[in-house]
Amino acid sequence: MIEVKNLFKSYGDKGVLSDINFSVVQGQSVAIVGKSGAGKSVLLKCLIGLVKPDEGTIYIDNKLINTMSFRQLQKIRSNIGMVFQFGALFDSMTVGENISLALHKLTKLSDDEIKERVFNSLKDVDMADTEDLMPSELSGGMKKRVGIARAIAAKPTYLFYDEPTTGLDPVMTDSINRLILKFQSTGKVTSVIITHEMRTVYDVANRVLLLHDGKIWFDGSPEEIKNVDDLVIQQFITGNSTLV
Amino acid sequence: MFRFLLYPFNLLIDSLEGVGRYVELMASMFRSLFSWHKNLSLIVDQMFHIGVLSIPIVILTSLFSGMVTSVQAAYQFESGFVPNWFVGSIVGESVLMELAPMMTGLVMTGRIGATIAAEIGTMRVSEQIDALESLSFDPVSFLILPRVLAAAIMFPILIIIADCFGIIGGLFAAVNAMDVSHLEFIRGLRNWFRPWDAWFGLIKGLFFGVAITSIACYQGYYTTGGATGVGRATTATVVISCVAIVFLDYILAAILL
Repeated sequence: MIEVKNLFKSYGDKGVLSDINFSVVQGQSVAIVGKSGAGKSVLLKCLIGLVKPDEGTIYIDNKLINTMSFRQLQKIRSNIGMVFQFGALFDSMTVGENISLALHKLTKLSDDEIKERVFNSLKDVDMADTEDLMPSELSGGMKKRVGIARAIAAKPTYLFYDEPTTGLDPVMTDSINRLILKFQSTGKVTSVIITHEMRTVYDVANRVLLLHDGKIWFDGSPEEIKNVDDLVIQQFITGNSTLV
Repeated sequence: MFRFLLYPFNLLIDSLEGVGRYVELMASMFRSLFSWHKNLSLIVDQMFHIGVLSIPIVILTSLFSGMVTSVQAAYQFESGFVPNWFVGSIVGESVLMELAPMMTGLVMTGRIGATIAAEIGTMRVSEQIDALESLSFDPVSFLILPRVLAAAIMFPILIIIADCFGIIGGLFAAVNAMDVSHLEFIRGLRNWFRPWDAWFGLIKGLFFGVAITSIACYQGYYTTGGATGVGRATTATVVISCVAIVFLDYILAAILL
């Protein structure tokens, strides 16, 4: 379970997050949406301890992560798979090495088991037989898939996605959405998805948080957000810039 | 309107902040020294990149610096009051104490410092460092420690190579540019040679290596602002490293000699 209480974060004079409160229960799939610069990625990075909040508390599995040392954070992170916006693959390593690196660090599997796990993770994202390719040889969509394979390889209970479908064509977007759904359908994974693509929200999320002006402007189901009579929300979900 | 008056103060505050962050980063690097064996393969890999691949450029620059020292010494001795074999002494002392470490340091700033800053800076702006952290890796012991440790080991070795080729270059130029025989040159070389002078050069190399790589790692690690930021970090690395080298050169000479 994830619990965020009274979270504040600012950079210099610019407030990014202001009094954020929410919790995510086990097995939920939460989409955090908002305009570019609304603080979505900062919030996600706060959840994994990559960014320290100015105020507030974040609990993951009832453990307060704000005040944790690096070693304590390592234990928490070993249970979280993070998919970065552009894949964030290590460009000096092959696809296979990108995935096995995490497994060597996070698990006590033998080399053969790791090899098998790498193969299966890549197969899960329809990228089988690409172990020996370098990230520079992959397209944007393929990089995101490998990023997902790396995140799921250690079988985490939390999966955080930072704009998993941004910049992809509709077919690839659908394919990534199906992947997210596939991992979610096991029931063992809790997902937090940062996105500004409403299609991804409707396809994969069972709860939506909309960030606006550094605050949570809406918290409800994807069905509810469609019918809310609020200009900010309607502008966002319809993509109509003349509404506000 | 008078914002420009605040510029020196802001610059001073930014510089002090930078020094603080550098010290903090180095402190966590030294703390991770205890787990160096976990990244042994990375250290060996960096030793190859920093050390072995730099040998050709180090040979080339040291060879020519030895040769030019020899030719200029010969030019000074044209009066005839100084015996020709003194060329060996001049070349030997200049190369061992100053030219080999200094030239190697400056060349390596461009070759290694800029590369490391660009490499780590690109990793920062493309979220690869965040990805490392999310996979429970400590980026300091994974990225910074191997580079600094490899430089600390390989720089003195490169200085030894630079010493040898600097003296060979000096010998070659002395024999060809003036009427000095091999034996006379070697006599001059041995006449003024003190083992401490060679050690002094190696110690300087060690400090230069650590300074260049740690500055490059620091600049890369705190890169912000995409491709422009990487460019800024690379330029800053070269400029700050060059200044650090001449500064350290003076400090070490004042302390050790």
